[in-house]
Amino acid sequence: MEQVPETKASATMERLLPGQSPVLTPGHTLETITDKIVSIVLRRPVTLGWLGGFAFFFGLLNMMLFAMAWLFYRGVGIWGINIPVGWGFAIVNFVWWVGIGHAGTLISAILLLLKQGWRNSINRFAEAMTLFAVACAGMFPLVHTGRPWLAYWLFPYPNTMGVWPQFRSPLLWDVFAVSTYATISALFWFVGLIPDLATFRDTAKNPVAKTIYGLLAMGWRGSARHWKRYESAYILLAGLATPLVLSVHTVVSFDFAISIIPGWHTTVFPPYFVAGAIYSGFAMVLVLAIPIRRFYGVEDMMTLRHLDNAAKVMLGTGLIVAYGYTMEAFYAYYSGNAYELFMFKNRALGPMAWAYWCLILFNILIPQVLWIRKVRLNPAMLFLASLVILFGMWLERFVIVVTSLHRDFLPSSWGMYVATRWDYAVFAGTLGLFFSAMFLFVRLMPMITIFEMRMLLPQSKLSEEVAAHD
Amino acid sequence: MTEPGSHSELFPVLHGVVAEFETPDGLVSACKKAHAAGYRRMDAYTPFPIEEAADAIGYEKTQVPLLTLCGGILGGLSGYLLQYWVNTSAYPMNIGGRPLHSWPPFIIITFEMTILFAGITAVVSMLTLSGLPQPYHPIFNHPRFSAASRDRFFLCIEAADPKFDLDKTKQFLRATDAIDVAEVAD
Repeated sequence: MEQVPETKASATMERLLPGQSPVLTPGHTLETITDKIVSIVLRRPVTLGWLGGFAFFFGLLNMMLFAMAWLFYRGVGIWGINIPVGWGFAIVNFVWWVGIGHAGTLISAILLLLKQGWRNSINRFAEAMTLFAVACAGMFPLVHTGRPWLAYWLFPYPNTMGVWPQFRSPLLWDVFAVSTYATISALFWFVGLIPDLATFRDTAKNPVAKTIYGLLAMGWRGSARHWKRYESAYILLAGLATPLVLSVHTVVSFDFAISIIPGWHTTVFPPYFVAGAIYSGFAMVLVLAIPIRRFYGVEDMMTLRHLDNAAKVMLGTGLIVAYGYTMEAFYAYYSGNAYELFMFKNRALGPMAWAYWCLILFNILIPQVLWIRKVRLNPAMLFLASLVILFGMWLERFVIVVTSLHRDFLPSSWGMYVATRWDYAVFAGTLGLFFSAMFLFVRLMPMITIFEMRMLLPQSKLSEEVAAHD
Repeated sequence: MTEPGSHSELFPVLHGVVAEFETPDGLVSACKKAHAAGYRRMDAYTPFPIEEAADAIGYEKTQVPLLTLCGGILGGLSGYLLQYWVNTSAYPMNIGGRPLHSWPPFIIITFEMTILFAGITAVVSMLTLSGLPQPYHPIFNHPRFSAASRDRFFLCIEAADPKFDLDKTKQFLRATDAIDVAEVAD
């Protein structure tokens, strides 16, 4: 276990509780912060470990391309889906990946509005995580259509066929929600990057790197007027992204809740989906942050305080998810509806019961260890707990999608669902896409927001007599 | 800045006089003094946002929020009207006898379009009002300007200012906490 720093004076002059780690370890200056983050990208040589990790995930990504090529050639029949289980891994993975993205927006937008200084060192890579997770998610609705080359029919545009999309369908709401979410997340990420790219431009020695970062920085020069507009636009984006992130998983849950399938048609779905999204997203943040802070030596910027806070958010959202599961069982009983009641009995005791009880174990029982402070301050245990939660949240979507569909209203239409190797290949492939993108990101972009870290320093604050308006 | 062959020697048109500071305090108090002395065409350059610096040089209001609001309203209206037009006249579909103008399901796309347009407007207006992307700006002729994205703070009083006088302005800036005062070519 890592040693909790004894000091109570943090670099940011915040007041600390006894034994609490600071957000930024003392001793940093404007120069050291800049140098440390810049050197990760511009000075550090490419290591064998990085190459090996990247090669592994890039291999998985290529497996996905192969599986998708086969899918386009043969059609969705290569997957395990059938009638009645028309929604299989594709929707499970879609919901899982979109959910993971939500923590990035929560950290960058909601915690910004709540003035949580601890977000400053983890928001950048959490936003990158959002972008890559949404990219993984977006592929599934596309490829599950069967004829992905016609996916643009989902968008309303004047066409010679004279048809328009059905605006009352939750599947179309999804198109708007997810594409808006991807666009706003990309804008938010890029706007946050501009001043740091200017720092890279001014620090890079390699002329090629200097030119590329210079083009991306668009001539940013840190003018006071520009900063004022910048701050204004940034806070507005945060304000816009906050309701957006809550709406996206709400709309995803509408895909289920608007239907009349037993187990899907409940009003608890939107809030419990949003909580589940943040739950799995923070788990992914920790799965990324714990190795990154260790291998890149940024433990003084991503301190135990960050891990502790993220674990607390997981604990809180995990309890909301537990409430959702309880309510599902209660609704089944209280509705007095025979199909709802049967659905729940089948979910808990039927052929897919193993998945349901694994989900309860992984998502509700094991994460209760986060109540213990020692676990929250132990990166290795937190890493394991986060992996368990990620797997549990994937199972949750699997249970929701499959158990409700495989036992329909009519026993004559009952079926079974078994995923094929192509299902697994595509899913593993998106993990490859996600992680190889993250590997590239930490080597090409500032993974910690430099200018926001500078603002955490006490020497960046104006003294009172200067700040006073005269 | 007149090393032989340098940019300022070849094109000796003055952009302004630049003072360099080590602390945000030094910069902001110099900005206030400069504004009080009547200078208006000036700009401060900092490695992180200092709102007081913008206020001190007399830039207190940005139009980004208003434009964002307009963008949001435009997005919301176009989202709703598109659905209204498609469902009532372009492609009316009777689904289970529901009214063609069934507004509750239209709200979601209206909301998403509001956010989309407002967000894009916020970013585009921030960049265009600031004149970015901008391939060339004379302030980069300052030999130490790369520190502005690192740990130093700069104040530039531009030659275009009606009160600008090379010697007097230089003297004025030297009287502040500046650690260095230099001329920068246009």
